[in-house]
Amino acid sequence: MKSRIMTTISNSKEEALIVKEQDVVPLRNRVKEYGVKIGMSILNQTKLITATSELVRNLLKYGGGGKVIIESVSNGRDNGVRVTFIDNGPGIANVELAMKDGYSTGKSLGLGLPGTKRLVNEFDIKTELGNGTTVTITKWKNG
Amino acid sequence: MQNNLLSGLKEHENKLLTIWSQLLIDGGSDDGAVEEEESKEFASLFLKAAAAAEGKIQDSQEFEKVEDLIVGIASSRGKRGFSPRENAQYLITFKEAASKILSELIKDPEQLFDANLQLNAALDNMTILTFEAFMRGREDIISRQVDEISEISTPVITVWEGVVALPIIGTLDSSRTQIVMENLLQQIVDTGSSIAILDISGVPAVDSLVAQHLIKTVSATRLMGAECIISGIRPEIAQTVVHLGIDLTGIITKASLASALKTAFDMLQLSVVKRKIV
Repeated sequence: MKSRIMTTISNSKEEALIVKEQDVVPLRNRVKEYGVKIGMSILNQTKLITATSELVRNLLKYGGGGKVIIESVSNGRDNGVRVTFIDNGPGIANVELAMKDGYSTGKSLGLGLPGTKRLVNEFDIKTELGNGTTVTITKWKNG
Repeated sequence: MQNNLLSGLKEHENKLLTIWSQLLIDGGSDDGAVEEEESKEFASLFLKAAAAAEGKIQDSQEFEKVEDLIVGIASSRGKRGFSPRENAQYLITFKEAASKILSELIKDPEQLFDANLQLNAALDNMTILTFEAFMRGREDIISRQVDEISEISTPVITVWEGVVALPIIGTLDSSRTQIVMENLLQQIVDTGSSIAILDISGVPAVDSLVAQHLIKTVSATRLMGAECIISGIRPEIAQTVVHLGIDLTGIITKASLASALKTAFDMLQLSVVKRKIV
């Protein structure tokens, strides 16, 4: 049976350049505003901004900075916020390993990627060695 | 080498000053009197440099002094509340005045044009300098404020004998954690405290980096022989931390500062009792 494809409509969208640690807080506040606008609960807002925080730190630490796109999306039944993190860094050599709890090439706890996946509803990672990494997360209002 | 065409200005210093201050007043600069002293100094130094220069005025030794002076004037005017626009206007009117005198002195149009070019080159560069001086003044203020903010944003409070509390408000990044840790450990030594309470009620989100910083702070406190309690963990923070998979089981955590204080009292074998009214 063919799997049902959910069509997602993007309502409003904005881009932010992230190059230094000082850009993290304003970005997180923007993401939070998107969540507030669609009436997301405090819990889901916190999950979303924590996930954003994790990924944007990765973007800075491993990707050397990059671009973040925040979108307000809708799939007909539910509204949500989608955040895309794009960097042109070295890419991830072993995604499977990077998605494992406690694995880190830096000296961190190694929970960033797997933890983020547990915090959001949809998680997608595309990476190629030498060509950067793109991570897309979506958090639904009632997800 | 180009001839120095500006040397003639020196003899007309007084006239230049009169025209200049008239232009400044016409331009709406209200306190000509305050500026008079420094304007005189600037004009005489500039003209001296112009008279002494052999080729381009900018290359002369004297000109460095003029530049130093204008930077000083610009920053002092900045402090007195002049806008960078007014600072630039100050030099532009000087140029206008000098240009007027040059047109009276030099009759040959070609020479006059060259003289004006020299004047422009020298003064335009100085106008840029005044902007830079203004920006530097602002940047000094900003960096001083950053220092002040990071200092006042991590207050360590003695809540009881032997108990210190540190409320953290805002984001915990690496540099902030460093300050928090330093302040806390120093206060533990200074007050001889055995219990430290870290209150994170004001931290909007706890991600793995913040958690790692907290764990490190707790470990450092324990190394000093004190116990550390983390308080102010809101319900949504608790759920997020669990989903992230951060292990805080080895750390004493409390929902509120009040319950953390109660735990501290228990540890110190103190009890708070209601007084019986007889």
